[in-house]
Amino acid sequence: MNQLNEAVKALHEIDLESGKRRKNTDIHPLSILLVTICYIGVTASFGNYDMPKLFSMIIFLIAGGILYDISLKNSFRRLKYILLFPLFLGAANLVLDRQILWYLGKIPITSGMVSMVTLFIKGVFMVYATYFMIIRIGIEGLCLAMRAIHVPGILITQITLSYRYIIVLLREMERMWTSYHMRAPGQKGIQIKAWGSFLGLLFLRSMERADNIYHSMLLRGYQENVGIPAAKGKYSFGKSAAYVLFWVMIFACLRKVPLFYLLGEKMAGR
Amino acid sequence: MDTMEKGKTIILADNLSFAYDHKYSALEHLSFQIERGETIGIIGANGAGKSTLLKILVGLLEDYQGRLEIDGLTVEKKTLKEIRKKVGYVFQDSESQLFLSTVYEDVAFGPRNYGYPEETVEEKVLSALRLVHMEEHRDKQIYRLSGGQKKMVAIATVLSMEPEVILFDEPSTALDPRNRRNLVGVLNDMSCTKIIASHDMDFIKSTCDRVFLLADKTIRKIGTAGEIVMNSRLLEESGL
Repeated sequence: MNQLNEAVKALHEIDLESGKRRKNTDIHPLSILLVTICYIGVTASFGNYDMPKLFSMIIFLIAGGILYDISLKNSFRRLKYILLFPLFLGAANLVLDRQILWYLGKIPITSGMVSMVTLFIKGVFMVYATYFMIIRIGIEGLCLAMRAIHVPGILITQITLSYRYIIVLLREMERMWTSYHMRAPGQKGIQIKAWGSFLGLLFLRSMERADNIYHSMLLRGYQENVGIPAAKGKYSFGKSAAYVLFWVMIFACLRKVPLFYLLGEKMAGR
Repeated sequence: MDTMEKGKTIILADNLSFAYDHKYSALEHLSFQIERGETIGIIGANGAGKSTLLKILVGLLEDYQGRLEIDGLTVEKKTLKEIRKKVGYVFQDSESQLFLSTVYEDVAFGPRNYGYPEETVEEKVLSALRLVHMEEHRDKQIYRLSGGQKKMVAIATVLSMEPEVILFDEPSTALDPRNRRNLVGVLNDMSCTKIIASHDMDFIKSTCDRVFLLADKTIRKIGTAGEIVMNSRLLEESGL
């Protein structure tokens, strides 16, 4: 069950990378969260046919990739399945919106096609922005950011535990899958008649393990807060505020100015 | 831990009983005292109540009957925070104990939750890792560790909180002979009070001062490790 193993490994790697990045930055996770929310909001606000302006939002991702040394190859490897979802977002537009806009050779380009591609790009940008945020601040950073804006502790606990539960669930699934296939060699997947008991047992076992992990957390002083370094003094208020201001201004400019369109015009000498 | 006054009672149980869901009796009328700095072995057949007893001691199972005090504090909801500062618990399955990405982060989880400044956290983590000979693995990812290393890190997660009592649930399970010897050495080097629940008689003999033999939901015999572990007839009668 290589894919499950890969998924667990990827989650651990993300934890590790985010931990290192969080250690080496003095920008508060809340600033990174705010900038990401702002980016997602601005990206979502573009119209369905506003592709030229939308493209300029890639600047944030390119800058993030370069500045924070985030490997695009690794990102794609981890996000490849999630990136399929935006593809389905605008699929219905292909059928519903068939007005022909222009011809590419002999192929008619409909407004449905344009809006589908726009929605796909929007989705990809949003997924990447969220991933960039997680890889920079991690789940602990996200919780710290939420604590800073006084999100109720119980909600933060739920998020932390759900995240840990995903790992437990994947590990249990891998064990059970391996055990099943050791005794059913040559069989592809799991027989339908075994799915009921397989899933039932999977949830029972992973709940038991999740329970143990929760107990282990409780025994080590966990009380609706997360075991992360105190934010006080570690982060620079000035840098954090400047980071938010800088990107909000950039997003505002990119929202107004069709950068790539203007560049294209310039290059075409118009 | 080193400054602890040896010989003073740290755990006191008097007529302690427990039933799951108030219906299924697991322990009945246990009475014992454990002195500070002692190492106690708890042995018994499967289902004898070893893990149940450990979980009651650390407050993971409540609603027990009788009297239970740790360092003068009655184990109850309002004292749990204090109790858990004093008592550490090493799970049978180390995987359940370790849930963060790296060795350092996991060992630092407890001290951080107790609000220590980051420099103190680092000191505590390094000192705990040193005690279990794992300091060179501090930046390793947990999932890359072997079973024996995971066990040592699990112990370090508890040691970093400097508890006065540490409870071990089947600590030698799934360890190879070398890791088992290593663990015996680590446990014997610790000066705090230790309670070890195990089926491994040699392990109990190598680490414990006194042994509680659990059978028929109660303590059948208390004696020195040599006395109980060498009494094969008693062990056999107790399902071991």
